[in-house]
Amino acid sequence: MRNSVLQHLRVIRFTFQRLLHNPSSTLLNLLVIGIALSLPVGGYVLLKNVQNASSQMAGTPQISVFLNPTTTPDEISRFGKQLKEHAAIDHIEFVPRDLALKQIQVSTGLADVIGGLSQNPLPDAFIIYPVPMDVKKLELLRDDLTSWPKFEHVQLDSAWAYKLEALLKFCRLVVLILAVMLSFALIAITFNTIRLQILTQREEIEVSKLIGATNGFIRRPFIYFGMAQGFLGGITAWLIISISLHILNLSLVGLTKLYGTSFTLSPLSLGDSFSLLAFSAYLGWLGAWLSVSQHLWQIEPK
Amino acid sequence: MIKFNQVYKRYPGGHEALKNLSFDIAEGDMVYLTGHSGAGKSTLLKLIAAIERPTSGSAIVRGQNIKSLKGSALPYLRRNLGLIFQDHKLLFDRNAFDNVMLPLQICGFDHRESSKRVRAALDKVGLLKREKTNPIALSGGEQQRLCIARAIVNRPSILLADEPTGNLDAEYSTEIMNIFKSFHQVGVTLLISTHDESVLRQFPAKAIALKSGELVI
Repeated sequence: MRNSVLQHLRVIRFTFQRLLHNPSSTLLNLLVIGIALSLPVGGYVLLKNVQNASSQMAGTPQISVFLNPTTTPDEISRFGKQLKEHAAIDHIEFVPRDLALKQIQVSTGLADVIGGLSQNPLPDAFIIYPVPMDVKKLELLRDDLTSWPKFEHVQLDSAWAYKLEALLKFCRLVVLILAVMLSFALIAITFNTIRLQILTQREEIEVSKLIGATNGFIRRPFIYFGMAQGFLGGITAWLIISISLHILNLSLVGLTKLYGTSFTLSPLSLGDSFSLLAFSAYLGWLGAWLSVSQHLWQIEPK
Repeated sequence: MIKFNQVYKRYPGGHEALKNLSFDIAEGDMVYLTGHSGAGKSTLLKLIAAIERPTSGSAIVRGQNIKSLKGSALPYLRRNLGLIFQDHKLLFDRNAFDNVMLPLQICGFDHRESSKRVRAALDKVGLLKREKTNPIALSGGEQQRLCIARAIVNRPSILLADEPTGNLDAEYSTEIMNIFKSFHQVGVTLLISTHDESVLRQFPAKAIALKSGELVI
């Protein structure tokens, strides 16, 4: 048991020696892997930031409920109570029809036109501020409210939310496609690196087979190398993203000051960072494994 | 230890390298394998090391049938064989010590224990002082001795040597044959292929003589 652990440790040490042995090609490989990974992951980070920012800036959407003109003040106060108790509603605002008319007169400058009307055409209205939720749940809430008696017209100003949601969905798809394609690139890079290594170590592999090496023993250093390269490539990507975000934040400070707000891009979370490293190590492992199983059996002693 | 019974080896293309070969080598025997080049000596050694498989007949090495040996069992068979190659098959990316270390690494030996064994093996072939040398800087005779050290470091029960004195002058040949003789004395089974008449005269032993893939009686 102890021996096999020591053997693995030796292979790991040997792997890093091999990485250091050829620093320029190692560095180039790591850069290629790092850049390939940093594109989709960087896109993901930006998207996440945009999503956060948009929810902060726009706040939660409102639902406007226009009441039937026949609604009595008693009913209005009862509806108000029921709405306040609704789990999905944060708070409400009641706008009586007279107040609404005055607001329109003031805000739109249509005082003359409205003054000419013989009676107030506006209904009483509730403005409902729901607790934060996604568009689908908002729609359910709207449908629920529509079924209430005397609720003549329920309007959800969800158009902007739809647009943003659709845009983010599109961007996520772009990032996903990028991630899939560049994952294959990473696998291909590892595949090729390992292939070249196997070719240059042909003799060693042949001799090792002749003196009783199992396939596992021969495979192990290559697999470890692929994993180590993927892992270090992941670290490179992490550094690229962190440095880029830092630079972007520096210039954002100046920009946001002009708008009188402060907004900074938040970096990769701890969990996301671990996922990135684990995923890149896994891709390296996969590339190495594919390469080894493709090429190793071709080398048989003669 | 090694038992062949009506073994045939036919290569793709129809060339018959071995025909109806039967012999039996007992444990502790030292046996020569003689014949001209092309007589099938190398093919026979390859069958024993399971580098090639017989086309028909049974080749049994240490109780295992080479023909039906599974790929996963193959490494463990080879760990009990010491292979000595005419072209040495040394690795030039590491020094003499690490070349001899390789079989022990493969078997997963503890580092300190294996260092001791490597030094003992190098001492046995008279290369202890050159353990740090890259094999490329060694003479032909020294390379052959290094190859022997690598073959014996794992203490195999069978040593197979393919033309071990092939490219060496008489003095080196005698040296190497003396090393083999000392292994024979401690009970290792040896099969040495050679066409060197002077070696056969100087160190007489049983012989399997081949001619065009057939046993010559």
